[in-house]
Amino acid sequence: MCMTATFAASLGEQLLPIMREVLAQKQVERPPVVWLELGSCTGNSISLQNSFDPGLEQFLTEVVDLRYHWLFNVVQGEAATRVLLDTVEKEAGRFWLVVEGAVMAAADGRFNYVFSRDKEMVTGLAAIREFAVKARHVIAVGSCAAFGGPAAAYPNPGGALGVWKAVGNKTVINIPGCPANSDWITGTMSHLMLYGLPELDRYNRPKLFFGRTIHELCQRRQQFEDGIFAAFPGEAGCLYKVGCKGPVTHADCPLRLWNNHVNWPVKAGAPCIGCANPQFPDGSMPFYSHLPDIVTPVGRVNVRKIGATVATIGAGMVGTHLAAGVFSRRIHKHFIDGTKPSDPAPPESLAEVKQELDDIIRRQNALLSETKRLEENEARPRRQALLQRIKNFWRTEDKEGKDN
Amino acid sequence: MTRKVIFPVTRVHEPLRAEVEVEAGRVTDAWVSGLLFRGFEAIMHGRDPRDAVLLAQRICGICSGAHAVAGAMALEEAFGVQATPDGQLLTNLIFAADVLQNHLRHFYLLVLYDYVAVSGQGIMPFVAQQKGDFRLPHTINDEILEHAKVATLMAARAHSMMAIFGAKAPMQQTIVPTGVTEAASSDKIMAYGSILRELKEFVEQVYIGDVLTIAEYYPDYYAIGRGYSNLFSFGMFPAPITGKRAFSPGLILKSGPVEELDAAELVEDSNWSWYDDQAGCRHPNEGKTTPDIDKPDAYSWVKAPRYRGMALECGPLARGWINGDYRRGISVMDRIVARAREAFKIAGLAEEWLAGLTPGAPTLSRYSAPPKGRGMGLTDAMRGALGHWLTYEDGKVTKFQIITPTTWNFSPRDTQGVRGPVEEALIGTPVMDADNLIEVGRVIRSFDPCISCAVHLFEAK
Repeated sequence: MCMTATFAASLGEQLLPIMREVLAQKQVERPPVVWLELGSCTGNSISLQNSFDPGLEQFLTEVVDLRYHWLFNVVQGEAATRVLLDTVEKEAGRFWLVVEGAVMAAADGRFNYVFSRDKEMVTGLAAIREFAVKARHVIAVGSCAAFGGPAAAYPNPGGALGVWKAVGNKTVINIPGCPANSDWITGTMSHLMLYGLPELDRYNRPKLFFGRTIHELCQRRQQFEDGIFAAFPGEAGCLYKVGCKGPVTHADCPLRLWNNHVNWPVKAGAPCIGCANPQFPDGSMPFYSHLPDIVTPVGRVNVRKIGATVATIGAGMVGTHLAAGVFSRRIHKHFIDGTKPSDPAPPESLAEVKQELDDIIRRQNALLSETKRLEENEARPRRQALLQRIKNFWRTEDKEGKDN
Repeated sequence: MTRKVIFPVTRVHEPLRAEVEVEAGRVTDAWVSGLLFRGFEAIMHGRDPRDAVLLAQRICGICSGAHAVAGAMALEEAFGVQATPDGQLLTNLIFAADVLQNHLRHFYLLVLYDYVAVSGQGIMPFVAQQKGDFRLPHTINDEILEHAKVATLMAARAHSMMAIFGAKAPMQQTIVPTGVTEAASSDKIMAYGSILRELKEFVEQVYIGDVLTIAEYYPDYYAIGRGYSNLFSFGMFPAPITGKRAFSPGLILKSGPVEELDAAELVEDSNWSWYDDQAGCRHPNEGKTTPDIDKPDAYSWVKAPRYRGMALECGPLARGWINGDYRRGISVMDRIVARAREAFKIAGLAEEWLAGLTPGAPTLSRYSAPPKGRGMGLTDAMRGALGHWLTYEDGKVTKFQIITPTTWNFSPRDTQGVRGPVEEALIGTPVMDADNLIEVGRVIRSFDPCISCAVHLFEAK
């Protein structure tokens, strides 16, 4: 496990030089790319423009063959649309469809038009459905395109959807983030070009970038372990109590950093808002309030006691419960008090059910190993009490599940 | 007389459709439409007011810093707190970096290709060439294209500079009411200063030069796209403690003297927009509308803000006129030149703010939010006047409204039939080839539109 993670991290660093070399030798053909912007803020295009190594110019001239992006196309109106439609038709099966922004599905997509064909206005929804089947790869860039993102926040006035919900059974590679880090965008694309489909997690995010949690990689992790917490954003200490969603967010920000590796939010004293999460932003709000209380074998841990709990039962234990809480979607549900989210969707595919079962087993194993460790150290009566609590833990949780 | 449609208008932010009526080689009427609806204010409803700063940024990727500044101002007023001196300087520095990246990108990525011919070696998608009256001599043309390559890198550097104090860009994460969560340590001050110096030199030696070169070869654009000549600004970059803004707020009507702007007189009209509001004009605090996609005759998601019945233009040119930095005229080329000059001025101001920082001084102060409050945050964004109005009770937002610069500039007609500023500016634009409206594109792009910002739903409850 540890080995794979190290390998994945170094792969990211090694990728770019390799890519340049390969490109220099012209062994790889630049893929034709169509970049469609739907219900978006253009933030991911801006993030792409912030790319260093490769810079935007190199990316556009050496990595991909960007045929259509309405922010960049020199021609306008009909002439631009012709470029788009020609590419889709002539490069069918070859071109990559990159989508930025959520698919606005309310009113049959009429909240968002993207081009006109034979004087007929075409909605983003219709365009995506038509182009996705013809594309070699469909890549959703940014949290809106991947999961709906801010546009889909309650009450979701425009009926915003992630691309994979809109295109049916086509594999969509999700590169979430608000915006997605430019390295995630260029890195995923170069992986696709040179080595094919990268390994994806169950939300179709490349594990290369989204394989570990922010909490796991964080510079302030030691302060969490030591129970040193900031009481206000901007102060020293772990930012957990002022709302950091690092424990439940999968992304490599602490290692990779942003904007040519200068900074990232927790380093700058600002709690992580979990922008790469499928439930962002509803699942992360309020941004400056801590994650909900955690139920552990030794009772309910609220944020005031978390330092002490971490010290007694171990950070790994608390971390496991945080992850479990998110997995079981309790945290999401508790957390957006006042914003009336719709009920979480039940698992949709067999693969998701399997993944959830795996998570339960992993969680159980974590509890078991913790128990064993305590068994060795603790006196027998204490141990029995603990075992009893563990049993209660599972029961309490069921009861709560109904309460909420 | 022919009616022509440009959709999508490329090289602008987000879906913009322009329809023009052309007669005898001139534009005689125009309609501009924003074609995306997301409804951000409704999303803010019921949430923690502190989240407004970060969530409102998600409206716009190119001007995220401006929304953070306006949101923090509104919250400071609502919470009854004030920015610490260093907090204010850092907020200004983050915002200045964002403005610089915007101005560089606007010129070198978006506007440039209206004036510079791409001969198969530019950096942008060149699958199809634009036809038109490209007048630059070959050598100058290619030289500017080379500058554009450097400029893309410089704009990315500007965002790195923003991230030094803002954690990341776009969508910085450190601005909060009372200041910034990042500390101003000497290494960061140095890093910011070093990028800033590079940028300032580039703006002075390359950007302004390129703009003036283009202006020299396209002098007729000093007479095209004048519009109403009603300019206004909310001002921007407040000084620490005094709050005096480095760019003053103000209003100029029909090229008259600079007047004071009364924010209470702002109203919005949705007669031609897809909202079912029948009551005509309303103040942003009272606006109440729901989307109605089937509304007959409506043609845009953008509403029509008006000031005493007038459509106003905002942006760098308006700021230039109001502050006396640039008063040559009002036209397509004036907007582009004023923007470049402003970039230089802002780089200079940023140097002063940077020099004013004290390492270790508090960059924010702890505060506790009262149970209810109301605040207004008015600042200029890159492309003009931006306002956030926020009311909250019991720790939850009950009202949240935003009017963005592009809502002003790209507004449709109002109930009285008054055209929006861009629609008006398009009238009289000479058109060489009605099938290739490059001139119309030039007028539109000079305003630096951002339609994703412009489209808003006010107070859906």
